[in-house]
Amino acid sequence: MNKMETALHELSQMDELAAQSSPIHRLHPAAKLLTTIVYIVLTVSFPKYALSGLIPMVLWPVLLFQISAIPVRTCFYKLRIVLPLVMAVGLFNPFFDRAPLLSLGALTVSGGVVSMVTLMLKGLFCLMASFLLMATTPIDSLCSALRKLHMPGLIVTLLLLTYRYVGVMTEELAIMTDAYLLRAPGQKGIHISAWGSFLGQLLLRSMDRAQELYGSMLLRGYHEHFHYAEAGPFRLRDGLYTLGCGLVFLLLRFVPVTRLLGSLFVR
Amino acid sequence: MHMADALLAPAVAATMYVASGSAAGVSIHQLRKDDEPGKLPTMAVTAALVFAGQMINYTIPGTGSSGHMCGGMLLSALLGPQAGFLSMIVILAIQCLFFADGGLLALGANVWNMAFYGCFVGYYLIWRPIMRSHLFGQGRGAQRGRIVLASILGCVITLQLGAFSVVLETSLSGITDLPFGAFAALMLPIHLAIGLVEGLITSAVLLFVFESRPELLQCVDVPEGEGSKRSLKAVIAVLAVVALVVGGGLSLLASSNPDGLEWALFGNSEAGYAENMGLDEEDFGVASTAADKAGQIQEATSFLPDYALPDNDSPAGTSLSGVVGSVMVAGVAVLICLAGGFFRKKRAK
Repeated sequence: MNKMETALHELSQMDELAAQSSPIHRLHPAAKLLTTIVYIVLTVSFPKYALSGLIPMVLWPVLLFQISAIPVRTCFYKLRIVLPLVMAVGLFNPFFDRAPLLSLGALTVSGGVVSMVTLMLKGLFCLMASFLLMATTPIDSLCSALRKLHMPGLIVTLLLLTYRYVGVMTEELAIMTDAYLLRAPGQKGIHISAWGSFLGQLLLRSMDRAQELYGSMLLRGYHEHFHYAEAGPFRLRDGLYTLGCGLVFLLLRFVPVTRLLGSLFVR
Repeated sequence: MHMADALLAPAVAATMYVASGSAAGVSIHQLRKDDEPGKLPTMAVTAALVFAGQMINYTIPGTGSSGHMCGGMLLSALLGPQAGFLSMIVILAIQCLFFADGGLLALGANVWNMAFYGCFVGYYLIWRPIMRSHLFGQGRGAQRGRIVLASILGCVITLQLGAFSVVLETSLSGITDLPFGAFAALMLPIHLAIGLVEGLITSAVLLFVFESRPELLQCVDVPEGEGSKRSLKAVIAVLAVVALVVGGGLSLLASSNPDGLEWALFGNSEAGYAENMGLDEEDFGVASTAADKAGQIQEATSFLPDYALPDNDSPAGTSLSGVVGSVMVAGVAVLICLAGGFFRKKRAK
């Protein structure tokens, strides 16, 4: 599979996951969006050495994965994109920050190691949270939620239209790339002589296609207003979910749960 | 260059959201004023195309590696800066939501680093002035030259600005112990080389559009008749060297000055961030640790610690020469690639 087919596969996979049914899937998209944002903000706001405080934050995504029956493997597969820059930034911490922070018997752990692990866990938790949001919410519902939250209509419509065309364009380019590479065996990418024409051809065709698309939109009564799939009313349980999750996150953020738990057993 | 959520403190992320959000607001307002409802589908289709097009591997002649296209410059040259900016936002949002490429909280910062510079700086300060100038004379050949120059300069400069912002945002967030100067010296030369290749690829695509449908490009007069025909390869080679020199100079400037900038910014963060966010400084924690760390880093790297010049082999001296050295190495590497490809082509003929 080339890169574009992989992307297509990932897109359809997310669509399929979002189309499933579970208590989490049935929640109002705005509730899920708000909860996810609160979770990410609070997770990121942990100080750089607060490893023990951060760890309980894993509970929420784990719980959500269980309730919504979303496979964890799909999420970890996406880590390959997130981790490199986080690693590049975090990996130097152990070299620059050698002050010992805690010692477990003979083993002394330096501040740099703790801050590196904290950083990576933060990256992982935030990824899981936003993955869960998208894996349980179809893009149409998310867009209607964004519209409800007063996001400008132009951007929301653009997002929805672009999302629809991403599939079409990626598929077309995947076919073109395959056809090109079959005629240029042993070549890694597009040769310099075709740099311009390869994408340029498709670009010109697409600009024309956009005009046809606009024509057909007008024919169907488009008048600078786009009808979204309505996500239904924001019910009591959506409010309770948002409020409950928010309170639990705040509790986990500001109360040292791990230390309290530990003090039950160790003095 | 997509930043993950973990690389940003909430205060920095919020600031970047406000900055990108304001730019988006101004763009929407401008587009509404222009009143071109037909532009929306064009934006959507072009954005989708750029999204997919960024996954194409272009072989860089003379090397085993491959490069990608620069989205911001291409979109603003085709759609104009405002529409280009909004399309880039949507591309980044889709990458973030469906491919986990960049975080939800970091979206504001990513939009600023990749879309704002590429579309607004790239268009108003580079594309438009160059396309409207009479550089290289009149006629088709000259216009081709201007397109290549604008694309390369645009990609190199906007990518350098973006990479510099990544370093700045990460350092302000107090995430890394890597000194500011060293981090900049790591990021900028890499992105110098990337920017050059992206610029060449973008210019190739834009040239193709210019040859077949020049009216689609912004600020380009539809040429009448054939002007002086130049060898495109020669133009690209000459301009690449020019861009390299200019880009190298800029990145030098950018990475040799950070200590002063650091002084100012970290000084402010100590005073204001926690209060601005309405958070208790003690609970918040990040700002104070960051400020402490920054103080240590700054002591080690500033040019004038205690108003006296450091010795030659102090950290400041070595980091500056490291920056200069790495930029030069990156420049030489790119030149070797270009020359290798050029000669191989000659021999093959």
